[in-house]
Amino acid sequence: MIKIFKTIWKWLDDRLGISVLISPALHIAPQDAKWWYVFGSATLCAFIIQVASGVALAFSYIPSSSQAYETLQFITNVAPFGRFLRGLHYYGASAMVLMIGAHMAQTFLFGAYKFPREMTWTTGILLLTFTLGMGFTGQLLRWDSTAAWSVVVAAEQAGRVPLIGNWLAQVILGGTSIGGATLSRFFAIHVFVLPGIMFAFIGLHLWLVMRHGISEPPVADKPVDPKTYRAEYEELLKKSGKPFWPDLAWRDVVVTTGLVIAIALAAFFVGPPALDRPPDPSVLAADPRPDWYLLWYFGLLSLIPERIEGYVMIGFPILIGLCLLFVPIWNHKGERAASRRPWAIASVCLAVIMIGALWWEGDHSPWSPNFDAQPLSEKVVGAISGPVFTGAKLFHDKGCLNCHLIQGDGGRRGPELTYIADKLTRDNLVIRIVNGGTNMPAFGPSLKPGELDALVAFLETRKRPVPGEKQANQTASSSTSATK
Amino acid sequence: MNTSLTESSTAPSAETPEEISRRRFVEKLSIGLIGLCSAIVGVPLVGFILAPFFRKPPENWVTIGKPDDFELGKTVAVTVTDPSPLPWAGVTAKSGVWLRRVSADNFIAFSANCTHLGCPVRWLPDADLFMCPCHGGVYYSDGKVAAGPPPLPLFRYDVRVENGEVQMKQAIVPISTAL
Repeated sequence: MIKIFKTIWKWLDDRLGISVLISPALHIAPQDAKWWYVFGSATLCAFIIQVASGVALAFSYIPSSSQAYETLQFITNVAPFGRFLRGLHYYGASAMVLMIGAHMAQTFLFGAYKFPREMTWTTGILLLTFTLGMGFTGQLLRWDSTAAWSVVVAAEQAGRVPLIGNWLAQVILGGTSIGGATLSRFFAIHVFVLPGIMFAFIGLHLWLVMRHGISEPPVADKPVDPKTYRAEYEELLKKSGKPFWPDLAWRDVVVTTGLVIAIALAAFFVGPPALDRPPDPSVLAADPRPDWYLLWYFGLLSLIPERIEGYVMIGFPILIGLCLLFVPIWNHKGERAASRRPWAIASVCLAVIMIGALWWEGDHSPWSPNFDAQPLSEKVVGAISGPVFTGAKLFHDKGCLNCHLIQGDGGRRGPELTYIADKLTRDNLVIRIVNGGTNMPAFGPSLKPGELDALVAFLETRKRPVPGEKQANQTASSSTSATK
Repeated sequence: MNTSLTESSTAPSAETPEEISRRRFVEKLSIGLIGLCSAIVGVPLVGFILAPFFRKPPENWVTIGKPDDFELGKTVAVTVTDPSPLPWAGVTAKSGVWLRRVSADNFIAFSANCTHLGCPVRWLPDADLFMCPCHGGVYYSDGKVAAGPPPLPLFRYDVRVENGEVQMKQAIVPISTAL
């Protein structure tokens, strides 16, 4: 029986070349390439999850502007395993972004982008770009209100590109406004164009890994010399190399197993992101936000000075992309060990801190007005009638509370005004309200007689309580305020 | 098997000028034919994908109601439906604009898109302001920038009263091309 199987295997192997096909997995690699080297495999694993879950979702998803939202509801709420699959696709995307970031940081810190692996790095950077493109287009396929408005935001950003901006915006919108063509185009890009390109580049990336070998862990004071590196690497492999499978690959398998379990657990217990309202552009009470992996860019656009915003919007991604692409061209030899390249450690730390801080800001978005701000409570106002009460009501109705915080209520767009009376005099308050200021509209023209006095009366009660006295805003009576 | 393939792909050492010339000819012929095939398939393909973006923006007038449907001085959100949407556009054929009746026959239609990044601005009637939820752009009631990052005032669409109907030019997403 075994003999028959062996004969069949030999025939198949001869005709299909299976041994030749899987032989790269058996290539010899440096034996010290251990746990730090698992992120590339983890990224590939996440990509495979994306392909598999994406294909499954496509069985039910209809890329039509009129039906996509309903099919997503069907997938999430009705189809067996649909919610889990959506979650798998979402957390798989998140894992892919995280793993590609970790892989890039490890490669950079280990100096593995240096000779002869410059193009391996370059193809990796392009794969990072495509991955972020997949993330963005994927968010849009969640065809709800946020997705539809995110298309508009993307079109507006593209519109800032000199000369071809308007045309680029139309390409993104699929016309001059959101409509039937918008979603189907993003679907084609997300499902066919980008994955096709990514398959090609992943193949190229892996081919280059095979061609130049897995980089050995760096050793301090052992710089890369292009003249001698290849011979030294060959010597190292001859001396202490191990077959990738299974001697080294088992660690990749362990980590990717952990990753798959983590993604599955998140998909099962946390579930996919909730769908917003239907993608009706006539509903104007929308508040579009990007998915978490692009929140840092949302934060950046909010925090940069307005006068240079357009340049940053266009130039920043190009500059970062070019820097990353050309890193190995500028710095292709010399020390690889991070201990001899403090600037490399500083760059990675700076990037992590910068993206982390911007992400935090983007997530909290203090620059966004709080449209859900409720009128201040009686306890906070400290009056139930009179100018202070009226002023507090106006403070809400005029939208002041959307941007200013008072005792924990309101928005954070402008300065907190809980104790504003300690800082500004009555005259200063009047000037500020009437004329506006940096990032504050002038309310003078829209205030009716008496409204300004009421507003000022209310704000004058916003004082820090003096020890031993009752809180000013609790004792402020309408009559005393009225006299001011 | 591999050996024979390698052998067959290696040029014989002693070739006549005619053979070399023939090889160059068939090489060029093959490359030319591949280019022709690519053009036959590629030109319509690229044209199909890109042609819609070279179309002129729609100039249709769309009826949005009768003048008396709108209270004098009030700013309200109105829904404008694309008169000729793709059949599968669904709710995306609709657009929202802010309309104000200034006088009996005079209306202003503001685009709902913030000129900063296109987010939908909201009208705060008591404050007489438009406010954007994304980055806090604020506009006065005439659409001029009051605060925040918007580089331009709110765009306005053409509105007219014709045959007892309020009509406006089809709402397209205005793109702020200013750096």
